[in-house]
Amino acid sequence: MKTVGTGLKYLGLIVVLVLAAVPIYWLLSTSVTSPEKIFQFQWFPDGLNWQNYIDGWKSAPFGAMYKNSIIVTLAGALIQICVAILSSYAFAFLDFPGKRIVFLIFLGAMMVPGTVVLMPNFLTIAALGWVNTYAGIVIPGVGSVFAMFLLRQHMLTLSSEVTDAAKVDGANHLRILWHVVLPMSRPMVVTVIVVALVEKWNDFVWPLVSTSTDSMRTLPVGLLMIKDAQGFTNWGAVMASSVFIVVPVLIVFFIAQRQIIAGLTAGATKG
Amino acid sequence: MTVTDRSSAATAEADTPGVRSASRTRRKRREYLLFLLFIAPNAVLLAVFAYWPIVFNGILSLTSWDMVSPHIPFVGLANYQDMFSDTDFWWVILRTVLFSGAVVIGCVVAGLAVAILLNQKLRGRNVVRTVAFAPHILSGVAMGTVWLFIFDPQIGLMKMVLGKIGADGPAWMTDSNWALAGLIIVYLWKTIGFVAVVYVAGLQGMPNDLYEAAKLDGAGPWTLFRKITFPLLSPVTFFVVVVTIVATFQAFDVIAIMTDGGPGDATTTISWYIYKEAFQALDAGHAGAGALVMFVILIAITAAQARFMERKVHYR
Repeated sequence: MKTVGTGLKYLGLIVVLVLAAVPIYWLLSTSVTSPEKIFQFQWFPDGLNWQNYIDGWKSAPFGAMYKNSIIVTLAGALIQICVAILSSYAFAFLDFPGKRIVFLIFLGAMMVPGTVVLMPNFLTIAALGWVNTYAGIVIPGVGSVFAMFLLRQHMLTLSSEVTDAAKVDGANHLRILWHVVLPMSRPMVVTVIVVALVEKWNDFVWPLVSTSTDSMRTLPVGLLMIKDAQGFTNWGAVMASSVFIVVPVLIVFFIAQRQIIAGLTAGATKG
Repeated sequence: MTVTDRSSAATAEADTPGVRSASRTRRKRREYLLFLLFIAPNAVLLAVFAYWPIVFNGILSLTSWDMVSPHIPFVGLANYQDMFSDTDFWWVILRTVLFSGAVVIGCVVAGLAVAILLNQKLRGRNVVRTVAFAPHILSGVAMGTVWLFIFDPQIGLMKMVLGKIGADGPAWMTDSNWALAGLIIVYLWKTIGFVAVVYVAGLQGMPNDLYEAAKLDGAGPWTLFRKITFPLLSPVTFFVVVVTIVATFQAFDVIAIMTDGGPGDATTTISWYIYKEAFQALDAGHAGAGALVMFVILIAITAAQARFMERKVHYR
């Protein structure tokens, strides 16, 4: 009886694995299947056909799109993390009358959905002359509530003796932040940076509405442009184009999965 | 969440009579100023790009502006009257609720089941956990593209698999009766692994002695689940439900690549409606009104959930 139960559990595990993995596998396997073979259904490709990648790369300005995605992702994540660190330090270690209420007002911004701010923010960056610029893509997204919240929660767990000692020594707050608090918060900082990188890389709707020329498109937006311009007919090339977007995140995920999973699920346990 | 205040506790200690001096007040004032400096960048960003948009939406919703002309006509509440008397808009709301509800219920049921499985001492469970989580962090546009191919009525994987068991699959995303179902499948696929991992964290915090005691009283596995596990997990369920509702109301990238809100209006949920009004119809009034309605609905759902959970969580 017990072995039957265990067998069923392993069967369940395999079903979960297959259901989660098959679409990703199908993406990768179709991307290396030759166009004629795509119409004859088969689980495994005959060999590695790289022609789809060449066709995919030529179907849109992927070089420029990679450049844009990398710039927007790095700049966005870096600025966001600096903003988050400064404000989380203030909320954790500095005194201010009514600090609690200020903190709650900051947290409240988490309740404002991205769809709701879409049109107003577009009009704001239009007024600033930022439409179709890197500033326009990046700046509206660098305000930070979630990362700030996680960092502050972490900073509050640091031994107050450390920071108090630093204060007595006459070190100023910027030095305490840089030399004491940040080194002690490194795991949490890494977690929020990695999560921010993945989110910025995948971001779609904001780069879509804030850019207007092909030369400023990021990778996810580019995929929609391919669909609108040519339709999805050459599936092998389309899958290869999708792989261009997915592969950096897959690599980062398998290197830093612990941080990503911890960061993205933190709200449940730390709230 | 607890708002503990370390700095004031630390300063209170030093606040003995006699040390209060001009230099202390000066130092205090400098600390206040530093606080403001440190939070300033974030405060400005959140004010301009998170809070102002709510007000801005409110203002725009009272106009019939075309987003281009310098003249902005004021129309009062006409856009709201218009929207609420339009059956199409009610369909948008209903469709959003249906879509969101199906994904939420599916995620809680399947996510919890997967979590219980992943919480057993089974070999390879960490690999399964990682793979199950992966769909959550991959670009929605790219994954929507793959699913479009999987759902393809001619050469899609779904057709092949259904064909193997003798079923004749629908045309999915090009069939207005099935497109929303297809969308629900994609979002379930993207979210269940995430939900499962969240639940695993909750399960690992379960008090073992409670189970032992209940088992001694002769409780079976189903009773244990119903009377102990599920009630104790209610804070996690609360988190999962709220996060999933907010995410599905905002669903955009997958819809944009798979259906454009179509065929017809079959997959036009509230977020697609707002986008379409703003950036395709250039109708700032309806977009603003729609955005405000969405905001109010989400706030109401979250508040209702919070109150409900407050009552449920108490006997912990």
